[in-house]
Amino acid sequence: MELWRYTVHELHARLCRGEITATALTEAVLSRLHAVEDRIHAYLTVTAELAQEQAAAADAAFARGEVRSPLQGIPLAIKDNICTRGVRTTCASRMLEHFVPPYDATVVERLRAAGAVLVGKTNLDEFAMGSSTENSAFVATRNPWDLERVPGGSSGGSAAAVAADACIAALGSDTGGSIRLPAAMTGVVGLKPTYGRVSRYGLVAFASSLDQIGPLTKDVHDAALLLQAIAGHDPRDATSAPVPVPDYTQALGRGVQGLTLGVPREYFVAGMDPEVEAAVRAAVAQLEQLGAKCLDVSLPHTPYAVATYYILANAEASSNLARYDGVRYGLRVEAPDVVEMYRRTRAAGFGAEVKRRIMLGTYVLSAGYYEAYYRKAQQLRTLFRRDFQEAFRRCDVLATPVSPVPAFRLGERLADPLQMYLADIFTIPVNLAGLPAISLPCGFTAQGLPIGLQLIAPPFGEETLLQVAAAYEAATPFHRRQPALA
Amino acid sequence: MEYESVIGLEVHAQLLTRSKLFCGCSTAFEADPNDNTCPVCLGMPGVLPVLNRQAVELAIRTGLAVQGTIATTCRFARKNYFYPDLPKGYQISQYEEPIIQGGWLDIEVNGQRKRVRLIRIHLEEDAGKSIHGEHLADPTKSYIDLNRCGIPLLEIVSAPDLRSPEEAKAYLQQLKTLLEYLEVCDGNMEEGSLRCDANVSVRPKGAQRLGTRTEIKNLNSFRFLQRALEYEIERQIEVLRQGGTVVQETRLFDAQRGITLPMRTKEEAHDYRYFPEPDLVPLRVDEAWIARVQASLPELPAARRQRFVTQYGLPAYDAEVLTASRALADYFEATVQRFPQPKVVSNWVMGELLRALHRFQHTPPQAPLTPEYLAELLQLLDSGVISGKIAKAVFDEVYETGRRPREVVEAKGLVQISDAAALEAVIRRVLAENAAQVEAYRGGKKQIFGYLVGQTMKATQGKANPQLVNQLLRRLLEEDGP
Amino acid sequence: MISEADVEHVANLARLALSAEEKRRFAAQLGAILGYMQQLGSVPTADVEPTSHVLDLVNVFRDDTVQRTLTLAEALANAPETAHHYFVVPRVVE
Repeated sequence: MELWRYTVHELHARLCRGEITATALTEAVLSRLHAVEDRIHAYLTVTAELAQEQAAAADAAFARGEVRSPLQGIPLAIKDNICTRGVRTTCASRMLEHFVPPYDATVVERLRAAGAVLVGKTNLDEFAMGSSTENSAFVATRNPWDLERVPGGSSGGSAAAVAADACIAALGSDTGGSIRLPAAMTGVVGLKPTYGRVSRYGLVAFASSLDQIGPLTKDVHDAALLLQAIAGHDPRDATSAPVPVPDYTQALGRGVQGLTLGVPREYFVAGMDPEVEAAVRAAVAQLEQLGAKCLDVSLPHTPYAVATYYILANAEASSNLARYDGVRYGLRVEAPDVVEMYRRTRAAGFGAEVKRRIMLGTYVLSAGYYEAYYRKAQQLRTLFRRDFQEAFRRCDVLATPVSPVPAFRLGERLADPLQMYLADIFTIPVNLAGLPAISLPCGFTAQGLPIGLQLIAPPFGEETLLQVAAAYEAATPFHRRQPALA
Repeated sequence: MEYESVIGLEVHAQLLTRSKLFCGCSTAFEADPNDNTCPVCLGMPGVLPVLNRQAVELAIRTGLAVQGTIATTCRFARKNYFYPDLPKGYQISQYEEPIIQGGWLDIEVNGQRKRVRLIRIHLEEDAGKSIHGEHLADPTKSYIDLNRCGIPLLEIVSAPDLRSPEEAKAYLQQLKTLLEYLEVCDGNMEEGSLRCDANVSVRPKGAQRLGTRTEIKNLNSFRFLQRALEYEIERQIEVLRQGGTVVQETRLFDAQRGITLPMRTKEEAHDYRYFPEPDLVPLRVDEAWIARVQASLPELPAARRQRFVTQYGLPAYDAEVLTASRALADYFEATVQRFPQPKVVSNWVMGELLRALHRFQHTPPQAPLTPEYLAELLQLLDSGVISGKIAKAVFDEVYETGRRPREVVEAKGLVQISDAAALEAVIRRVLAENAAQVEAYRGGKKQIFGYLVGQTMKATQGKANPQLVNQLLRRLLEEDGP
Repeated sequence: MISEADVEHVANLARLALSAEEKRRFAAQLGAILGYMQQLGSVPTADVEPTSHVLDLVNVFRDDTVQRTLTLAEALANAPETAHHYFVVPRVVE
């Protein structure tokens, strides 16, 4: 019985009916995981024992007639930059290779309370810095659709695990596209919530004003279920919004009739992959056919997104990563004095990309450069918000590609960091403006690589995203296609 | 050439909150190393700060008390630098937008009143403590205790308005008193609740331009502040007299040798790379909040000093001494309430009580001799039950044992002898034993009278009512005279 | 253009020991990236307020109550070196 093939909502129905047990489901997922893991390398830590315990607890609850949530007994994977009490949380960095947090992230606490089963911690670009998951200090995750290609990043482990059925659903984090890009490149659904919608407590910070946790799932319905479980105000995160959480599944059947879809012209640029452009345009046509009104809109500052983002994100990162100093936890390289200990520890603990970003971030904040870089980028950020505000006056949701290109080959972009950064050009503006966005499959290239459609909504418009995405998904077959990984 | 010194102080006051600025850890002083810590103040990965409302409230209270401007909107910023007692690698502080700007504090030195302007007051978190190895175990190591890390501090920066070490000391004293009155800080300099750095420069008298300044760190007592400034001013003047130039640098005060020394580390150009703290949202203080805090302000030292003069008829000096600490002023008023002779109470509080507090290192509320007991003691004295001399002995006894004054007086049989018949018998005996002196007195040596009073007091172990002794002695000397 | 001296200065602020090879490489890469970032200079922003936060949220507080979340053992458990309940580091030179 290939239980691992199913979605959260399908499995929940079967668990509730008593057709399957959480224990059997967990066993199935673990064995699938083991069967594919040596090819895709999605996980950094597999928590089989914990998963079995949690599955047994879930079964006991079902037996008592207790159903706490649609996630009860469902095997999930968590990106390894989200803290799990008692389970090592490495951020794919040598720096935290043996770090075991004595606390849970709020989202993990909520998943545990919901009765979910944790199967493991997934690979990522070190400290979530990257677009390919090649920057992991431990292993490069492979794309289940083509093992010679990257799964996208930085939540590449979570995306690959979902795509390869090595978990039922997963959590990732998105600072500049780190959920949406890998979702697009692996043909799964990835949702980046509004900034403040989901607590960041326990998410190891990359860029605090941009980071947000969100789900990677096999379909839109599952994205709604996971978001439901993790969204909401958290007193431990001062930037979490005290905005009520609606019932997201209610949005799923509403259709797109009466909605206006904006198509920003700056998101169809020279040099973008023609197959990607064609697939996204076809998706827009499909939505129009389903009853949405389509509109050409402009987001004029889009060309400046990458520069703005890499100033702000790296400035914050340079400060956020200062705590890795070999004093209270993590790697230490001994030295005769403390300053030298810092320098050696940080040299050995961080990989090249992390160092590059710390250097960049330190530079743009340093005396004499703050105004020209950091402050200027903050002003650009205001302009990005205005661009979107302007666009949302005329439409309810924006439709764009997720990435100008499908999954690229391993190593292909490593030599040129700037080229790698440009893969995020369509996802970054969403983070700069703090908006919610979803990535969902909208086709395949001739070579069989998935292509993603990005939908963007105004702040706290996750319902609209789910509504449009569900309508599109119901009318198209792309989410049902599976990679050929036997 | 004559020089004048220009001094500005940066004071860090630890706020009297129960929990830290950004986490729920206790601010209690006594604890095992690192026991008052949590993931937030340890700077563990992924955790977030949440601002303590009470700390903001205390900052506003301070701002109002110094007539400062409370910012309607302000933000926190990260100050980035590496140090092992700074877990996050940055301190959450305020930079471009402090919560309070401006304001002033009035001081008085040698009868001269002076207004010292304040530049800013801002909120920040404290760092931890590094202990050099030799004080603990291995001299090649440093030991880090993060209990203090994250405790809320108020940094209070004065303008360079101070012109002498005395003025600097008076300013710090005035500030300490104010913060204690406001219940913002306990003012304990030994435990580091109040810490002071000084910026000091000298210039030819009358010159407008400021000289190059040095910063002296960690002046943690009034005495150190004064001595360090005296030394540093002399040093700078000497440098200039020799035709040299003062180097802008940070110096430490070596209390043992009474000198300031440049810090040993090559000061790498500080570049703190401040930027807005993205984990916190802006702070907005509206009129209603300010009004609420204003309404809750206690009477401030200057007002209380004035009231002590007008309401109790105390000399300005007494009012100054009594109101220098809120606790002492409270003690005084609590006593006067029960024994309404303010000047008498003032004398005892400024004399016996301050002496005893000092001897036992007590704060006024810690004194075993409470205002209630002092009032009772003064009543016993006033009604003639005990003499002034006995009263002082009873004071000490009560202070040391915590027993009621009345109880001590009774138990020790210290009640004053006011029984004329009994006293007369004693005096007759004294006169008989001092026949020669009595002779001399009667022969005109009137100054012998005092000696005879003394002998009588001695014979009664000081319990005799002095007025009665005078009266009886005079009568007996006259009466029985030849 | 970023010189190797600039790289060294920044690496020192960031407490990163860099090899000679890394210094050379970072000088080139940072130069290229910062050059790319300079395109922002062409956007007129004279009257534009900077955004440090996208949330329209102010005054988020916690109450002043003491809450214990870690034991001392948990606080020290991940440390490379501890003694007498202290974190231990190589000597700090003042």
